[in-house]
Amino acid sequence: MTDAAAAPTTLITQALKDSLNVWSEPQVSHPVDHSDLRKWAIAVYWPDVPPKLFWDEAYARTTKYKGIIAPREFNPFAWPAIRPADRAPKPAKRAVGERSMNGGQTETYGVHIRPGDVITSRTAVVKMEERVGKLGLTLYKSTEVRWTNQKGEFVRSRVSISIIY
Amino acid sequence: MYKVYFEDVKVGDEIPSFVKQTDFMHWNRYAAVNDEFVYIHMDDEAGKNGGNAQGAFGMGNLRWAYLQNMLREWAGDEAELKEMSAQWRAINQKHDILTTTGKITEKKTENGENLVRLEINVMNQDGKGTAPGYAVIALPSRK
Repeated sequence: MTDAAAAPTTLITQALKDSLNVWSEPQVSHPVDHSDLRKWAIAVYWPDVPPKLFWDEAYARTTKYKGIIAPREFNPFAWPAIRPADRAPKPAKRAVGERSMNGGQTETYGVHIRPGDVITSRTAVVKMEERVGKLGLTLYKSTEVRWTNQKGEFVRSRVSISIIY
Repeated sequence: MYKVYFEDVKVGDEIPSFVKQTDFMHWNRYAAVNDEFVYIHMDDEAGKNGGNAQGAFGMGNLRWAYLQNMLREWAGDEAELKEMSAQWRAINQKHDILTTTGKITEKKTENGENLVRLEINVMNQDGKGTAPGYAVIALPSRK
């Protein structure tokens, strides 16, 4: 059998079709802590001093937020106690459909995350599109992750595109 | 604190950049807060096996944060970022000097909000755009 004969004609499996617009069970964060926000801000501004809005309560009270808020890109789901499986390095040579790249993301924002908030996340594949390009047969898979807070308020939506080829 | 008002900006305006030279000191700190300990960002051999001849490379999410930093530094703490999008077009190599860029492409008032849309990117020291995209920010009005 030649490689060409073995090449798949589609990367959209039945399982993937079945997953379209099916939202996952909710994942719930630990309560957001002041130190989570301070450390995050330090990391993304390193080595500069981050904005006081993310770590100085006295300053933050003078703003329209009346207290510390999280940077918009903050991730409250980092460091779960129950760990996902280790992500071992992938082999350099992988078959068609096993190679992937992060194509980018679009986020829309609602209310801000604040210390004490508990965030709920749900995920769904929201779009899939296949075409033949310079990488060969390529699947563009869009996945949305939608966050709400403990009051049910919309916090953030991220739609990421995985390029699978 | 408001730094910029809707009436004071116009289409074509470029906003100040946020500049960082990145390496493991930045990536490891980001990995620590985002729990993003992925071999391709930590180990040169893994980076090479992942298709990057120069070895380990930086996280897209960190460049995402740099874009947000630029917008925040320009618009002030209390301007509201409504939407942001970026595509990952090139790798952030070790010791790259990353310079974010932003240019206003549209102004409009919608549902009572004064919105500006910006074309954004993260340029490397070779002038290559690594993360083109857009952002929409609600600015305060002087009225």
